[in-house]
Amino acid sequence: MVRLEAIDKALLSGEFGGSAQRAMDLLLRYGEVLGAECFIDIVSAHIDSCLYHGASGLDFVRSLLDDHRQVRVPTTLNVAAFDLDHPERSDVPAETFAIQQEMVKGYLELGCLPTMTCAPYQRSRRPGLGQHVAWAESNAIVFANSVLGARTDRYGDFTDICAALTGRVPLAGLHCGQNRHATLIIEVPSPGRCRMERDLYFASVGYLLGEHAASRVAAIVGAPGDSTEDELKALGAAAASSGAVALFHLVGVTPEAADLDEAMGGRSTSPEHCVISASEVRGVPRRLCAAREGAPVAAMCVGTPHFSLDEFRRLAGMVAGRHAAPGVRVLVSTSREVRAEAEVAPWFEAIDAFGIEIIMDTCTYLLPARMPAAGVVVTNSAKWAHYAPATIDRRPVLMSLERCVRCAEKGEVVG
Amino acid sequence: MSRGTSFPAVCLVPGEASGPLALLTHPLSLWGGFDPHTGRVTDENHPQCGLQIGGRVLLMPGGRGSSSSSSVLLESARLQAHPSAIVLVEPDPILVVGALVAADLYDVHIPVVSVAAAVLARFEGAAEARVDARPGHARVGFL
Repeated sequence: MVRLEAIDKALLSGEFGGSAQRAMDLLLRYGEVLGAECFIDIVSAHIDSCLYHGASGLDFVRSLLDDHRQVRVPTTLNVAAFDLDHPERSDVPAETFAIQQEMVKGYLELGCLPTMTCAPYQRSRRPGLGQHVAWAESNAIVFANSVLGARTDRYGDFTDICAALTGRVPLAGLHCGQNRHATLIIEVPSPGRCRMERDLYFASVGYLLGEHAASRVAAIVGAPGDSTEDELKALGAAAASSGAVALFHLVGVTPEAADLDEAMGGRSTSPEHCVISASEVRGVPRRLCAAREGAPVAAMCVGTPHFSLDEFRRLAGMVAGRHAAPGVRVLVSTSREVRAEAEVAPWFEAIDAFGIEIIMDTCTYLLPARMPAAGVVVTNSAKWAHYAPATIDRRPVLMSLERCVRCAEKGEVVG
Repeated sequence: MSRGTSFPAVCLVPGEASGPLALLTHPLSLWGGFDPHTGRVTDENHPQCGLQIGGRVLLMPGGRGSSSSSSVLLESARLQAHPSAIVLVEPDPILVVGALVAADLYDVHIPVVSVAAAVLARFEGAAEARVDARPGHARVGFL
């Protein structure tokens, strides 16, 4: 039995309105399944339920709109199925268009912020070490837990908005300190030993992490001590695609893993220890998506998860003075907020001049962007490469950002 | 395996279902891996890509990946292409929530249970399964 505090009972009895009541009722059943002892407060929520998957998403949000009540904590929205201001950039079926617009409207009526990003951790306001949040979107979950040290369980659609409407979540899973310790050690070679560009290295290591760890918490040793947030973002997103990783510790880098002992919670039992070879890391891009040199390139899609300002700056440096080949679409996905910052930067002109189109509010693997039917899509995102064959039926090739740019410039896969 | 044999399970979402089974050897993310219109596995990286899981008792080691899997499960329920029951080794809260909302919103009941890994292996080669999930008492067995 879950122990209820006064606030929980008030929510359940309808004192905060009918939608909060139904939300609390769902969370209570969910908490019982998880074996939670009690509920706790959260400081923010991130909603994935706003993404179109069919008419059921609209039925669901409408079921919460009847009493004009709003969320009880600051709440951000994940991506939509297309760029809300520029739907013509993707092939948006009429039904998807109408339902998605209505769904976003519904979540805004509930008081959510129209951030439309899968990377809410790139906003200036973000949770800190030890703060409890209810975040959905697999890459945001793993980033919040691992890189920020905030505490969120692996929330799915529906629980996210229920948590936002009540401000409460069951004390379970990764909200509990004892579940945050690593139960396996993964030893990885350095990027130098793999002879890989760093972005491709982190994407590949993340993909292997997901395969080895499944849903377990792993402590990674051997990765660079100067790993950046963007690199950890790529690693986590890949691990949450190939596996169900919601938290990893990069020993010496992430906030709950100053050393291996802290990452393991001082546990004396010998955990599983797995050593990954350089050839395994190098094998990931080939395994995910092999492409022969000279194959025509239809598009370059990066920004999965959403591009950060730093990534834009790095890309601008690479593309300065160059142009994409005619007919190749170069798409960078990001949030409205990051785009607004990038646009006023002195280096932004180079981004424009290369022929880069910035896609906001969405991800390019959700709906087919208008691009040549023939040809592969180059990307540096393992998450994009993992999902795109099934979601938009495109053939991806995973490579470093630097090589993506050269492929886009030449219009074909180059070595 | 003899008819009527059953194994203990943990009830995650209550309900009853029986019929043809679909056994997955690897975890599946319903989002990006399952078509809610046809009820088939569409993840090309999954060994059972193409397998029909809609209308079947779905047995698999666990969920994986996207938090959108709750939405995809709900959409498959709206379209009547949902698995008739879900049997997992690793309990997956994302699938649990999808099943709870399907019951609330559409009155579609998809029982979800978890079992020991060894139990899943017993269903290799079996054609049909039965799930009986009540709080505090759940079993998965052969028809």
